[in-house]
Amino acid sequence: MQASFLFSELKTGLRRNVTMTIAVVVTTAISLAFFGLAVLLGKQVGVMKGYWYDKVEVSVFMCSSGVPSLSCSGQEVTPEQQAGIQAVLDGMPQLVESVEYESKQEAFTRFKEQFAGRTIADKATVEGMPASFRVKLRDPGKASEVADALRPVPGVDNVNDMRDILGKLFKILDGLRYLALALAIAQVVAALLLIMNTVRLAAVNRREETGIMRLVGASSWSIQAPFILQSALAGLIGAVLASGLLLAGYQLIVADQLAQNYRVTAYIGSSAVWATIPLIVLLGVGLAGLASFFTLRRYLKV
Amino acid sequence: MATLRSPQSWADRPVVVFDNVSVRYPGAEAPALKRVSLTITGGEFVFLVGSSGSGKSTFLGLLTRERRPSEGSVRVVGRDLGSLRRWRIPVLRRHVGVVYQEFRLLPSKTVAENVAYALYVTGKRKAEIAQIVPEVLEQVGLAGKAERLPGELSGGEQQRVAIARAIVNQPALLIADEPTGNLDPDTSVGIVQLLDRINRSGTTVMMATHDDSIVNQLRRRVIQLDEGTLVRDQERGAYHYTS
Repeated sequence: MQASFLFSELKTGLRRNVTMTIAVVVTTAISLAFFGLAVLLGKQVGVMKGYWYDKVEVSVFMCSSGVPSLSCSGQEVTPEQQAGIQAVLDGMPQLVESVEYESKQEAFTRFKEQFAGRTIADKATVEGMPASFRVKLRDPGKASEVADALRPVPGVDNVNDMRDILGKLFKILDGLRYLALALAIAQVVAALLLIMNTVRLAAVNRREETGIMRLVGASSWSIQAPFILQSALAGLIGAVLASGLLLAGYQLIVADQLAQNYRVTAYIGSSAVWATIPLIVLLGVGLAGLASFFTLRRYLKV
Repeated sequence: MATLRSPQSWADRPVVVFDNVSVRYPGAEAPALKRVSLTITGGEFVFLVGSSGSGKSTFLGLLTRERRPSEGSVRVVGRDLGSLRRWRIPVLRRHVGVVYQEFRLLPSKTVAENVAYALYVTGKRKAEIAQIVPEVLEQVGLAGKAERLPGELSGGEQQRVAIARAIVNQPALLIADEPTGNLDPDTSVGIVQLLDRINRSGTTVMMATHDDSIVNQLRRRVIQLDEGTLVRDQERGAYHYTS
């Protein structure tokens, strides 16, 4: 089988099936773009976990007469209670890296700064602020252990574990990832059915020709190769388009917008997008080629 | 497996051997072919005659492994077609040329490309193809028509292109299924003369036909089927049985 012969067959096939080929290219591109999005969302969650878990601290808020609370019955924390809390923290050197004390006055100043210009800042009072210990951990994964040990200690109003809050956010991101994956799978199914239909049509349209090829002793492979190559090429073009969509989307949404305006977290780099491209191309070409191969086994028997 | 023997090397050796061959189609009451046994030797010219539905097409389909026997064994150019692996079928077909009543040429390809098609699929190189195709076209009397499209040719010329394609791989066996069915009598004579010439150079020819004048003129071996049964196998026979 000669390459030039194969390519002239391929060209004829593509010319005859332009509209269907375009449909295949578009569905493949969309399905692969969703697939890439799912992969990239997964990577982003990983990046955020690494970024935030490094900064995780446990905040131990102490009772304040100005803060209504069930566990404090309106009493201010006593110096003895505060010493007791300090003692519990000192008793866990294997978990706790450092402890910082934030007084009511410091808390008030920080609050004022954080919410400057809003009415809530004007209404705040020193009395309404709780004093707290800011605990930095050796292992961010053990945050709940520290929090559980501190909650029952007298004088502790509330223990805030940042992992809880982040966990909820990651759940949302994971949900988005699965949604993208589900959309990708639905689109892949549509793309596969479309490819099978296109190949079936092409095989039926060219039955006369393939019949003659069989008659003169062409091997199954040389009869099927132009059809398979045609699908694989459509898959490749779809993959290239999907990669372009992902790169453009990354640049416009992440690099130009999020990374500039929302610096609360780190973002995946463009290298992560580039790294998914080989996977997308492999998937696009592989799925299209295989779908057409298995369809042809039914329609182009020797 | 014997591969790419020249047609001449099959002289006086069995090219086609049918041993008690029956073919039954699913759903059909009577078998299409009933216990047919015969041998065709290299270099022979054989007419296959019989009315429509007599089993001629089934018979020819067995030779290229388009059909398989329900019972019995078929050997063609040294291969037992019952046990032939699927991927070996293309190799068989390169040793068996076939010509049809309706020519079956590719309308968008030139005469030369149509003939070259049979060489491309065997993996021949371009230089070789460029050399072989004009030779074969000259052999069938189409020198100078290489760049024409099939639609620009007469029926007889189109059939010559089909014959050129069928013999370009030098098959041991050439099957012609009603090759003159679409042609007028004068043109038919030319085609049969061409087949006769190919036969004389060593290729075994098997021709199914309804044309009694051709059979009567050539007086070659005649095999007659009737309702799937071999009813006559006669050396130097006529279209209708005469003792």
